[in-house]
Amino acid sequence: MHAPIRPSPFAPGERPKIQLMATCLCDAFYDDVARATVEVLEHLGVEVEFPEGQTCCGQPAFNGGDWPASRKVVRHTLRTFAGTTPVLLPSGSCAAMLRHGALLEFEKEADLPEVKALAARTWEFADFIVNALGVKTWPGRYEATIAFHRNCHNRGTGSEAASLALLASIAGAKVVPFGEQEQCCGFGGTFSVAFPHVSSSMGTLKLEHIRAAQPDVLVSGDMSCLMHMGGLAQKAGQPVKTQHIAQVMRDALKNSGKL
Amino acid sequence: MASQPIDQAAATLPADKRASVYQSTKATHEKRTKLLFDQFNDPDLLRRRAGEIKQHVIENLDTLLPAVEAKLKANGAQVHWASTGDDACAAVLRIMQARGAKKMVKAKTMVSEEIELAHYLEKHGIEALETDLGEFIVQIDQDHPSHIVRPIIHKNRREIATSFEREGLGAYNDDPETITRRARQFLRHKYLQADVGLTGANFVSVESGRLVLVTNEGNSRFSLAAPKVHIALVGIEKLVPRDRDLGVLLNLLARSATAQQLTVYTEFISGPKHATQPDGPEEMHVIFVDNGRTDVLASECREILRCIRCGACLNVCPIYRQASGHAYRSVYPGPVGAVLSPLLAGKKFPELADLPKASSLCGACNEVCPVNIPIPDLLLRLREKGKREGAPLAAVGTPPMGAWALMASQPTAWKAALFGGKALNYLPTKLIPVPALRAWEEKRALPAWRGGEFRKWMKQRRKS
Ligand code: SF4
Repeated sequence: MHAPIRPSPFAPGERPKIQLMATCLCDAFYDDVARATVEVLEHLGVEVEFPEGQTCCGQPAFNGGDWPASRKVVRHTLRTFAGTTPVLLPSGSCAAMLRHGALLEFEKEADLPEVKALAARTWEFADFIVNALGVKTWPGRYEATIAFHRNCHNRGTGSEAASLALLASIAGAKVVPFGEQEQCCGFGGTFSVAFPHVSSSMGTLKLEHIRAAQPDVLVSGDMSCLMHMGGLAQKAGQPVKTQHIAQVMRDALKNSGKL
Repeated sequence: MASQPIDQAAATLPADKRASVYQSTKATHEKRTKLLFDQFNDPDLLRRRAGEIKQHVIENLDTLLPAVEAKLKANGAQVHWASTGDDACAAVLRIMQARGAKKMVKAKTMVSEEIELAHYLEKHGIEALETDLGEFIVQIDQDHPSHIVRPIIHKNRREIATSFEREGLGAYNDDPETITRRARQFLRHKYLQADVGLTGANFVSVESGRLVLVTNEGNSRFSLAAPKVHIALVGIEKLVPRDRDLGVLLNLLARSATAQQLTVYTEFISGPKHATQPDGPEEMHVIFVDNGRTDVLASECREILRCIRCGACLNVCPIYRQASGHAYRSVYPGPVGAVLSPLLAGKKFPELADLPKASSLCGACNEVCPVNIPIPDLLLRLREKGKREGAPLAAVGTPPMGAWALMASQPTAWKAALFGGKALNYLPTKLIPVPALRAWEEKRALPAWRGGEFRKWMKQRRKS
């Protein structure tokens, strides 16, 4: 929490390069989000590497209390994303796992220094674009009223401001506020399964606030939140359109023939 | 899949109770945020400073406690040490018996709830009456507080009016002013009859030995005005090093708790009645209560001892708002309770091992906490403890992760599962072999499985 905004890891004039960690949700369900991430980054001249051996960030076991199991997965990630190249994730929650959660569970482990080094070069998508690449506004056009769901793992980091700045700068896009924006959507990983009633009530309340603002699309930097709210809305027979911020940015480029 | 006790409590909480909890917490939270950000340039900086002050206290208790004892004694107070709740109850009883005292008035002290003092005193023939309006109502209803600042957040005024009627405090009337007036009239006599006034303390300054008490009803002042003896039950972590630290902490406490700049009454008590003073207690006793706190200090969750019991984390917590306080089955509910209660339970930790699970880890509690306690990190540490110690309640609803971890550390197995998962798209929900996914499907639709599609796209892109 209260993570300071980090300086760019790249020297002036250097061609930026990242390793993409797509996250298990994009791997399993949301391939288009990972694709949009790559397209946006390449549009900005970033070289994207995709280590084939990647799996998951280890968060499910970490949150569930099974730290030995989680450490096994994090160690696998350490090996897969070796080196010094920044690691980028299109998910605030998975980025937070590597930047913060892993540090907790490795506190007493011999390989803590490696985990710290990985944490230091891990970036969430919007934070990377604004603070590592110095991109402040986004070109293209996207005609829509947007409700932006701030995901909880971005509290106190540079990501929320970065996302809002990017979205607000897109021609045609209008970001609307809604009630109780600081409240969680109720997903919380296994929380959604162990506390089905509380979890779905939280999501339903959130959706009510969002609907009242009448957005065309609900946008977030985290597919887990969108999977929860989108899934709830669909089950209730009132589907909402959801998009990852990378998709909005990619679509803005496409709409104006820039991609 | 079985759901957790707090989830079941939330599912069965009557709608009107949930509505009063939700409205009251939401309104307070919103007022608090506005006040803090309107009045301070950087409230987060202030919260971090306050956290550092309290962290300094808990890390230096070994020197601060003897220092405050000396100061209190120099001020004319008597100091007692209680390592367990029973010790603390016995100390109170001893003081009362020494004066032949039979009646006590209590102004809000959480520690007395924690050690179940009223129950203990009752068994020894002593009447101990709550004087805070909310606590008083809880007492006549033989109920439990459901919030640490608003003990009756779960009750509406119609219920309260019914209770008053039942207790012979006048005919049914649910006008809040009438209720308050009737309680005051009733309590006024009790203050005059009491031999002992019992309070807690929000802070004790090591520098001056002053006890600081904040209330909005003035009942602590009344509780000290007539009785000859004042007993203060104080958790050992309640110290502040210097008087001027109170400037930071009091500013944050009232704003965080009730969205006030300062409570209506803020009392500084620096000892029993002085020879030159016309009235006040002749004896003052301060009982420092450990009751598990040194164990918390030795644990990896010691930061929770910074807590100044403002209740802001309860107010913002979406789980507390859905489930209300009783679901936490302990004196301290909400996020603070989810950490503190299982820890204070000591050997009984397994009975409350589900509490740290009752969080989506959204971090809102950390964001509002005036002493910047990293509550989500502490919840995670306790989840690990629950898992490591095999507490059954900690396991409810959390799928075992061993097989998953194995798969997630072997890329070939992982990829096979990714591609194989497509079969899920054709299975009816009932037949999905993963219980967690089935449980998910009860409340939400599952998106189509597209395992491996991104990897294929990436490969093709690289080729072209
Ligand atoms: S943990 Fe923080 S927010 Fe919660 S009651 Fe304690 S001081 Fe207040």
